Amino acid sequence: MANTGFASFPNIYEQQRRNKFRTAMVIALFMLFLGFLGVGFDLFFLGNDPFGFTGAPSGYPLATLVAIGVGGASAAWGLGSGAKAVLASAHAYPVPQNDPRFRVLNNVVDEMVIAAGIPRPAVYIVPDSDPNAFAAGRDPSHSAIAVTEGLLESLSRDELQGVIAHELSHVKNYDIRLSTIVAALVGAAFLLSDWGLRGMRFGVLSGGGRGRSRSRNSPGGTLGIALMILWLLTLILTPILGRLLAMAVSRQREYLADASGAELTRNPLGLASALTKLQNAGAPTVSIKKGSAHLCIVDPLGKKMNFREGAVAELFGTHPQLEKRITVLKAMAYSRDSAGATA
Amino acid sequence: MGIFMVIGILAVILVWVIAKYNGLVTLKNQVENGWKQIDIQLKRRHDLIPNLVNAVKGYMEFEQDTLRQVVEARNAAVSARGVADAASREGELSGVLTKLFALMENYPNLKANENVKQLQEELTGTENKVGFARQFYNDIAMKFNITQQTFPGNIIASMFRFQRSELFSVSDAAERAVPQVDLTMKK
Repeated sequence: MANTGFASFPNIYEQQRRNKFRTAMVIALFMLFLGFLGVGFDLFFLGNDPFGFTGAPSGYPLATLVAIGVGGASAAWGLGSGAKAVLASAHAYPVPQNDPRFRVLNNVVDEMVIAAGIPRPAVYIVPDSDPNAFAAGRDPSHSAIAVTEGLLESLSRDELQGVIAHELSHVKNYDIRLSTIVAALVGAAFLLSDWGLRGMRFGVLSGGGRGRSRSRNSPGGTLGIALMILWLLTLILTPILGRLLAMAVSRQREYLADASGAELTRNPLGLASALTKLQNAGAPTVSIKKGSAHLCIVDPLGKKMNFREGAVAELFGTHPQLEKRITVLKAMAYSRDSAGATA
Repeated sequence: MGIFMVIGILAVILVWVIAKYNGLVTLKNQVENGWKQIDIQLKRRHDLIPNLVNAVKGYMEFEQDTLRQVVEARNAAVSARGVADAASREGELSGVLTKLFALMENYPNLKANENVKQLQEELTGTENKVGFARQFYNDIAMKFNITQQTFPGNIIASMFRFQRSELFSVSDAAERAVPQVDLTMKK
């Protein structure tokens, strides 16, 4: 049987379940993290101690509530209109109906939608000459995929099919929900750490009334100071920590989308050869903003990120190195062909 | 105490049976939907073929034989009944279509014709859709059958008399000349 090579693929329903669980975990983790930022600001700078860390509870957890509120609001906003925002920021326009230039694209999307057994996502074009593609949305019924004009120009039908299958796998696996939430929460963390640092500067400059209450409530002893330093460090490092998390989440999803995309087309070489072309294009996709980098099929920052070697590149890239992905796909095609030959 | 335990266990079993039964019904509907998808694409394919034949007829005077074969295979496929019959006739149609596409490569004028190009892309797309619809149908039908054959799904399946689905096999059954396995396995 020709599809023997795909028998070992991870079960799609298992993937969906795991991804929904991961999304919940990421939200919970981020809320804890944002809460930590908020509690610290309350305690060390506003002098509010409603939880009684330093004795009798006093004041209201103003910063904590703001932090959790901003986090929750951006997660909700991300689910509701994250896809629209990403598409708008990339200046994407919907594929015109019955335009002969997009006939192949429309047909290929229809084909892959049938193979994946999901509702047809909205299809958008990004006016950019660098080949790239991304998927966004909340679930398969509320999803969109976008490809750049450069992608349509440079790929053959089979290669385009591989890329569309990869993107539809992101939709089907609920990767889009996970990445949209992560993007929104990382944004919230950026914002809060910025507010926190500004607020501190302002507090230090104005001195006065707030300072007095601060000294009254500051937790005493070395433990208190250590906690305060840890909190300060977290506040300063938040943007980096957030980006690391977004990258870790996305890197892992890319291999899986490659594999399940190949399962849809039953033609891993189509995607492999598309990735080779994307690799050789190498120029940055300028239309796609940094915040949505982890949604794309190849890093929009271009060669700089996709080619850096070694552990550091692995840690800081939103995507695994293209070389590795291409090798995995080729191995898949090989094992499939040999399985077909012996069956 | 004892009676509550018994009631509790019975309730758990009932809930389990309901869940399994609903799972099988869902799969059955997915299989039916998968089959409808194939049907939609096959109809589209049948509608496109006469257009393509008319468009290329003028250019391909020397291939009247192939064109006639395509039309005949198409008409045979239109009148197919049931999964196995449709699978074998559609398989034959795919064969002659591939031959036609290969022959079309020999006619540069034909390949430059905008109308033919468009029809060819539509037909290629439809061919692929047929293939992917079949792939989806077979995957889901296989899942449905496996659930019915493995424990404990087989208990529920036989209790409510679920029937196994036929797979839409790719190759032409007549050509391969192997005995057909009756997947329905009537008891």
